[in-house]
Amino acid sequence: MAADFDVKYTAHLARLALTPDEEKKLGAQLGHIIGYVEKLKQVDVTGVEPTAQAVPMVNVTRADEVRTSLPHEAALRNAPKKAGGLFVVPKIVE
Amino acid sequence: MLNQLTISQLAAKLAAREVSAREATQACLDRIAAVDGRVHAFLSHDAADALVQADAADKALAAGEKKPLLGVPIAIKDVLAVKNQPLNCASKILGNFISPYDATAIEKLKAAGAIVFGRLNMDEFAMGSSTENSAFGVTKNPWDLARIPGGSSGGSAAAVAADEAIATLGTDTGGSIRQPAALCGCVGLKPTYGRISRYGLVAFASSLDQIGPFTKDVRDAATMLGVMSGVDPRDSTSVPQPVPDYTKALDGNIKGLKLGLPKEYMVGGLDPEVKAAVDAAVKQLEKLGAEIVEISLPHTEHAVAVYYIIATAECSANLARFDGIRYGARVDGADPIELYARTRGAGFGPEVKRRIILGTYVLSSGYYDAYYLRAQKVRTLIRNDFLKAYEKVDAIITPTTPTAAFKIGEKSDDPLQMYLSDIFTISCNLAGIPGLSLPCGFTKNPKLPIGLQLLGKPFGEETVLKLAHAYEQSTPWHKEKAPL
Repeated sequence: MAADFDVKYTAHLARLALTPDEEKKLGAQLGHIIGYVEKLKQVDVTGVEPTAQAVPMVNVTRADEVRTSLPHEAALRNAPKKAGGLFVVPKIVE
Repeated sequence: MLNQLTISQLAAKLAAREVSAREATQACLDRIAAVDGRVHAFLSHDAADALVQADAADKALAAGEKKPLLGVPIAIKDVLAVKNQPLNCASKILGNFISPYDATAIEKLKAAGAIVFGRLNMDEFAMGSSTENSAFGVTKNPWDLARIPGGSSGGSAAAVAADEAIATLGTDTGGSIRQPAALCGCVGLKPTYGRISRYGLVAFASSLDQIGPFTKDVRDAATMLGVMSGVDPRDSTSVPQPVPDYTKALDGNIKGLKLGLPKEYMVGGLDPEVKAAVDAAVKQLEKLGAEIVEISLPHTEHAVAVYYIIATAECSANLARFDGIRYGARVDGADPIELYARTRGAGFGPEVKRRIILGTYVLSSGYYDAYYLRAQKVRTLIRNDFLKAYEKVDAIITPTTPTAAFKIGEKSDDPLQMYLSDIFTISCNLAGIPGLSLPCGFTKNPKLPIGLQLLGKPFGEETVLKLAHAYEQSTPWHKEKAPL
């Protein structure tokens, strides 16, 4: 059962800041939903291969040729912060 | 009223120069001005740009050009990239995003001559069954403005039902085309996985998502499918399967086709009026020459659980890209982790957060085998159910939804109840097969559309369209208009 469902920890893994109210509400709802999906444990899956994709294709490649890509300006057009043709981010290394 | 025409009707009038593309486009724009304040199918539309495209189409028509959608106004769900138009996925997190390129499906529509206009409302990131999860307001069902239009492509369905466009595009991950089509009384088609390129579609669950049309009749769905299908080097999951002329399949001859009726679908919370309409549709198809065979899809009861593990797992990975760095809104933080968490916490709505957290959980260390891997195995069993059934039948017939459109607010506080309303549409995406919904009647009081679902073999769209067309042409339902 989902008694051990830790919203705070999982939200951290997902890089999602939640308010205390959201944590409480989501925790209860997700406990309920996980309780429902638990029923899959009753299905006998011995020897069954997993399906990742229903119409599988293998080793799909395209011709290795130079093509035009998104122009620099277009790639930066939607950036929330940019300078000197680059994305601006908070300092990562001291 | 040109906005009420189907693609084939309008294309004939345009080709004969009886009407102009500008007049047809203006008719849609006038209709939007008249009713969209109440329906709210559109998040935005650029009227001037639509008319510029219409004038170009009129020039081409005058020069004698012939293309399947030349001069036909088609509106687009807000999850598909149209160059130089806004793209928000009905979410706050994309800020003022403007698409730098066209999705392949859009490129193909434009190449076929369509006037591509408007951004249609949806559940945020296509997560929902009612369009109540849009960050920009609820879309109303044109048949009853107190009710939901379905979702996630609620705007796409409502726009067609309200004659605000000739046809629209939507996407379907667990029923997001077929369910709103059923609830709004139009035709909605989810093609086989890989039939239409997903390049330029903002991914929700990559192994389930497909693009498809909303139309006023089956012939238009066949036309749209033919235009958009085909392999695309930019989507490695698109399949190099030849693209037939789907309209050629619409010959009305369904004699001897075997239709499977899954016993698991006609039980439980199925509304009596929906059941009666579907029973009558089955009889009608039998009368037209189809042979009805009872079949079993024994793993049906597990489909919703499998779906909400696989879809949320894939969404938690896909939506990692919305981090406030390269595009969209940003909430600053002292370090990148804080910036990501704050941006995502402020930018995503409750349902998207719920699904990202659920998906993160089922993929997290210690739970992956118990949830995600097990769900993928049960997915195999669900797919095998269909492949086994298709050894005996050519297509499968079911209700599209257990009930007609529910009221706004009725299920929005109970996510699990909302998920369970997708019971009849979800297996199709898990199995990767094509599915189509078309009108098969109305409830009495209030009068609301009921949808019939036809499921086909992988790449069996021609059979599905043939059956749907034969049924449609022998019944009056598709001619009814919403009382707006």
